[in-house]
Amino acid sequence: MKRINKFKMEFDAISQNESFARGVVGAFLARLNPSIDEINDVKTAVSEAVTNAIVHGYEGRENGIITLSVLIDGMLATITIEDKGEGIPDIEKAKEPFYTTKPEEERSGMGFTVMESFMDSVEVRSGKKGTVVILKKELGKCFHMRRLSL
Amino acid sequence: MFHKKVKDVLEIYLVGELDEHASHYIRPKLDALIESESFSKMVIDFRELFFMDSTGVGVLIGRYKKLSQRQIPLFLKNPSAQIDRIFRMSGLYKIMPLTV
Repeated sequence: MKRINKFKMEFDAISQNESFARGVVGAFLARLNPSIDEINDVKTAVSEAVTNAIVHGYEGRENGIITLSVLIDGMLATITIEDKGEGIPDIEKAKEPFYTTKPEEERSGMGFTVMESFMDSVEVRSGKKGTVVILKKELGKCFHMRRLSL
Repeated sequence: MFHKKVKDVLEIYLVGELDEHASHYIRPKLDALIESESFSKMVIDFRELFFMDSTGVGVLIGRYKKLSQRQIPLFLKNPSAQIDRIFRMSGLYKIMPLTV
């Protein structure tokens, strides 16, 4: 199998597309034969980042575009979620557990905490022209550990 | 989503996925049940919920606040390993304990 494989797509920043986005990523990574837990970890993190782009980046405006790309290099998956929305004024603050700018909408403020817990690394770049979230995870770890222990 | 009333316990069964999109439908449904039914304890069962992100935590805390105004306790049941992790990292079980 080719070592490097990638895709890139754009979709409307509307809430119906949250399940589509995480489903596409899950399907693309399935060929690496990851564990169900690993796929669920990635899908959850993608869902958090896409939801942030829709709710915070575009503030619910339905004319926004989200760019999603996935790069597989060996067993390392790099997922990039990009919006051209408002940007995050204070990234460190946004990453704090339970911090939300929208408590009145019953937001938990746990999005980045979940991303950081479910992925190996989370990188956020944000400015007035939008936000880029880069999620990385090495897949197949459980499999390798099992093989080594045999 | 469906529900059952067993004596004075209102059992809610969440089905499918709970993300930001689904929360727009699930939140008013839960609130309508809380308003219309008479019960002294609420249990939310996750056995048929195969996906949830942190949006679910916000939905649960919102319902917990409504219930606690009426002094009705809320319990969570049968979360998947994934959902259980999100509950644990949110500290949710401190206010709505896991039940069997």
